[in-house]
Amino acid sequence: MLTPAICRMKLYAPRLAASANPGQFLIVRADEKGERIPLTISDYNAEEGSVTIVTQSIGASSLDIVSFEAGEGFSDVAGPLGLASDFVKMPLEQLRKQRYVFIAGGVGTAPVYPQAKWLHSRGVAVDVIIGAKTKDLLIYREEMSEVCDNVFVCTDDGSEGFHGMVTALLEKLVSDGRQYTHAVAIGPMIMMKFTTLTCRKLGLPVTVSLNTLMVDGTGMCGACRVTVGGKTRFACVEGPEFNGYDVDFDEAMRRQGQYRAEEAQALENHKCKIGRGK
Amino acid sequence: MANRIPRVPAREQDPKVRAANFDEVCLGYNKEEALLEASRCLHCKNPRCVGACPVGLKIPDFIARVAGGDIRGAAEVIAQDSSLPAVCGRVCPQETQCEGSCILGVKGEAVAIGKLERFVADFMRQEETPLPVEISKKNPSVKVAVVGSGPAGLACAGDLAKMGYDVTVFEALHKAGGVLQYGIPEFRLPKDTVLKHELDALQALGVKIETNVIIGKTTTIDSLLDDEGFSAVFVGSGAGLPKFMGIPGENLCGVFSANEFLTRNNLMKAYLSDYLTPIHAGRKVCVVGGGNVAMDAARTALRLGAEVHIVYRRTEAELPARKEEVHHALEEGIVFDMLTNPVEILSDDKGWVRSLKCIRMELGEPDESGRRSPVPVPGSEFEIDADTVIMALGTSPNPLIASTTEGLEITRRGCIAADADGVTSRRGVFAGGDAVTGAATVILAMGAGRTAAKAIDGYLEKK
Repeated sequence: MLTPAICRMKLYAPRLAASANPGQFLIVRADEKGERIPLTISDYNAEEGSVTIVTQSIGASSLDIVSFEAGEGFSDVAGPLGLASDFVKMPLEQLRKQRYVFIAGGVGTAPVYPQAKWLHSRGVAVDVIIGAKTKDLLIYREEMSEVCDNVFVCTDDGSEGFHGMVTALLEKLVSDGRQYTHAVAIGPMIMMKFTTLTCRKLGLPVTVSLNTLMVDGTGMCGACRVTVGGKTRFACVEGPEFNGYDVDFDEAMRRQGQYRAEEAQALENHKCKIGRGK
Repeated sequence: MANRIPRVPAREQDPKVRAANFDEVCLGYNKEEALLEASRCLHCKNPRCVGACPVGLKIPDFIARVAGGDIRGAAEVIAQDSSLPAVCGRVCPQETQCEGSCILGVKGEAVAIGKLERFVADFMRQEETPLPVEISKKNPSVKVAVVGSGPAGLACAGDLAKMGYDVTVFEALHKAGGVLQYGIPEFRLPKDTVLKHELDALQALGVKIETNVIIGKTTTIDSLLDDEGFSAVFVGSGAGLPKFMGIPGENLCGVFSANEFLTRNNLMKAYLSDYLTPIHAGRKVCVVGGGNVAMDAARTALRLGAEVHIVYRRTEAELPARKEEVHHALEEGIVFDMLTNPVEILSDDKGWVRSLKCIRMELGEPDESGRRSPVPVPGSEFEIDADTVIMALGTSPNPLIASTTEGLEITRRGCIAADADGVTSRRGVFAGGDAVTGAATVILAMGAGRTAAKAIDGYLEKK
C-alpha cells in the first residue's frame, strides 16, 4: 500500500511485459463478476516477466483490487493496450535536445515513472512535478528521484513542498528560469485540463494521457470516444496520449462521469456485501 | 398428404413475460413436434435448400432421419457440413437462405429447417452421448494458431484438431466465443448451455484456448510464427469496430454504440444484479439501424426497463434483420419509426441526450445493393424525445492485426485480402469470416473457418 487508498501491485504477465512500452495501459478484472478496469502501466520488466500497476479504490471493482493480498491473483490481465508515448519512436539525437517536464497528479504519478525512467536512462533531461491534495497522498517520491534530474513536490494544503497546485508550481519553475521544451501531464482529467491551459500560456507543448471509460480496450466499444482537434478519436487505440491543446476536456469529463449514478449504486450494494475491506 | 400439414409453430415465451427476462425466447420443438414438422419435407430431387445453404448442408437427408425418429443419424448428416448447428439453427437468416428456397414456401409455408436443425443439436446435447470424433494421429507436434474465438475461429480450430494438429486459439477478451459471447444476447443464444457446450467440445478435442491475448499487442503473428513455434496461423478476428453516423451530438452522454451496450450486457452480464458492470438503459431509448444488432440492442434495452424505438431510414421490407427477430421485437412492444433518419442528437443542460432530431425519408431509385435508396424529405425535420441513443449501424474489421503483421495485405474496405480458401498475401497466414468479408453471418464465418482448415492442412503437408 502506498497510501491507505492507493496500492501498488506487481503482476506476472511475461508476454505483456515483453511487449510493453511507456504510455501504454492494460486491463484487469478482479474476478468473474468484476469490471474490466483500464490501468496505465507503472513499470515493466521483460526479464522478470512482470508489470506493475498502481490503483486507487474509487468504485466497487477497484475496491476489490485494493483489498487483494500478495499472492492473490486477478482473474484476467490483458495488454499492453494503446499506443506507446511518441518519444519512444523519436530519434535519440533529437530527443537529447529536449528538456521534459512531467506533471503528475495523485495516482497519475505512477504512470509517469516508466516514461521518466525510459527518457532518463537514455540521457534525456527530465524534471518531474508531483502534486497531491496532502502529504499523505504523495506517492513515488523516492522512486522518481532515481529516474529524473529533479523532483518537485507540491500539495494543495501546503503540508509538504510547494503550497499550491501543480500549475502554480510549473509557472514558478519556468519564471525561476527553468527551461522546458515539452510537458507531459498525467493525472485527474481536471488537472490535465488546467495544466494544458497553463502550458498554452507558457507556450509549452503538452501531452496528456486520457483515462477515459473503456470496456474492451481494443476499439470495439467506443466508450472511450473523445473529441481531439474537432474529430472523434478512440482513446483506447488512438491514444491514450494526445496533444493536450486539441483535447475537448469538458466533454471528456462529462463522458467520464456517464455511469456515476450506476456506479455509486453498485459501490453502495457492494460495500454492504463485503464490508469496508481495509 | 404430407404437405397439407401446416408448419408446426415452435413454442415461445409469452411476449409480455419475456419482455422482462433474459431467458431464451424460442423454446424450440419437442421430439413429437419435430417429427411432425420433418414429415412436411417433400424431398425434392433437386433440393434448392441445399444450394441456398452457404455450407451446402444436406438438408433433406437430415430431415428424413428426423422424420424417421433417428435423431442421432440426423446429427451425423449435419456434422458433415456444420460444426455449430445449435448456433446456426438459432441465428441463421433462414428466410433468405434454405427456407427462402423451399418449394413449400411458394404457396404456403417453408419447412422449418432452422428449427429442425436446432432441435437435432439440442436433442444431441441434452439426450444423447456426443457423436464419436476421429482425431487423426498424424500431426501431433505441428502447432497451429487460431486468432479469434468466434464462429470462424471455433470451426477452423475444431477441424484442425480433428486433423491431429496442436491447436491454440487466442482470444482478446476474457471469455471465448467472439460475437456469440459479447454480441448475441442470452435471449437468442443461451451462453451457459449452447455456447459453453460448443467451447467444451472444442477443448475435449484438445484445442487450447488462451483468453486475454490481443494479437497485435500482447504478441504478434510474426512472433507466433518466428518465436513461438507455430507453423501456420488462421485469422478469424471478425469485424468488431463500431460505426457512428458522424452527426452533431454523437459524443453526448447517453449515446452508445450497440457494441458497448451489448458487450456490457452479454459479456459483462450487466443484467445480473451480482455483477458490477454498470449499464445505462435510460427511460426512453432510440436504437438507430435495422439489422440483427439493432434488434438485439433494442430488445435488451426493453428488458432493462426502457421504452424503445427503432429508427430506420428505409421501410420494414428492407430491414436487414432476421424476420423472426423483427417479429419478436414488434410482439414485445418495440416501436418502429421507419423512413426516419437522425440528423442531430440534442443535449440537455448537463450534456446528456435530450432528443433525437430526425428527418423523414422516402424511397428513391434502387442503389447498387438493389434496395431503393432513401432520400430525405426537405423540411420534414422533427424530434423524438429520448434520453439514450444506441448506434447500430454495422461494424468493420479491426485494423490491429493487418497493421502489425509484415506483408499481410488488406482490401480497400479494410478487410484482410484472402482467396476462397482463406490464403492471404503472407505465407502461412490464412484468414476467414468477417475479418475477410466484412460483417456477415455466423454460418458464412463457420464455413470460411472450415475451408481454411483444409487449406492449412494442404499447406502444412506440402511444407
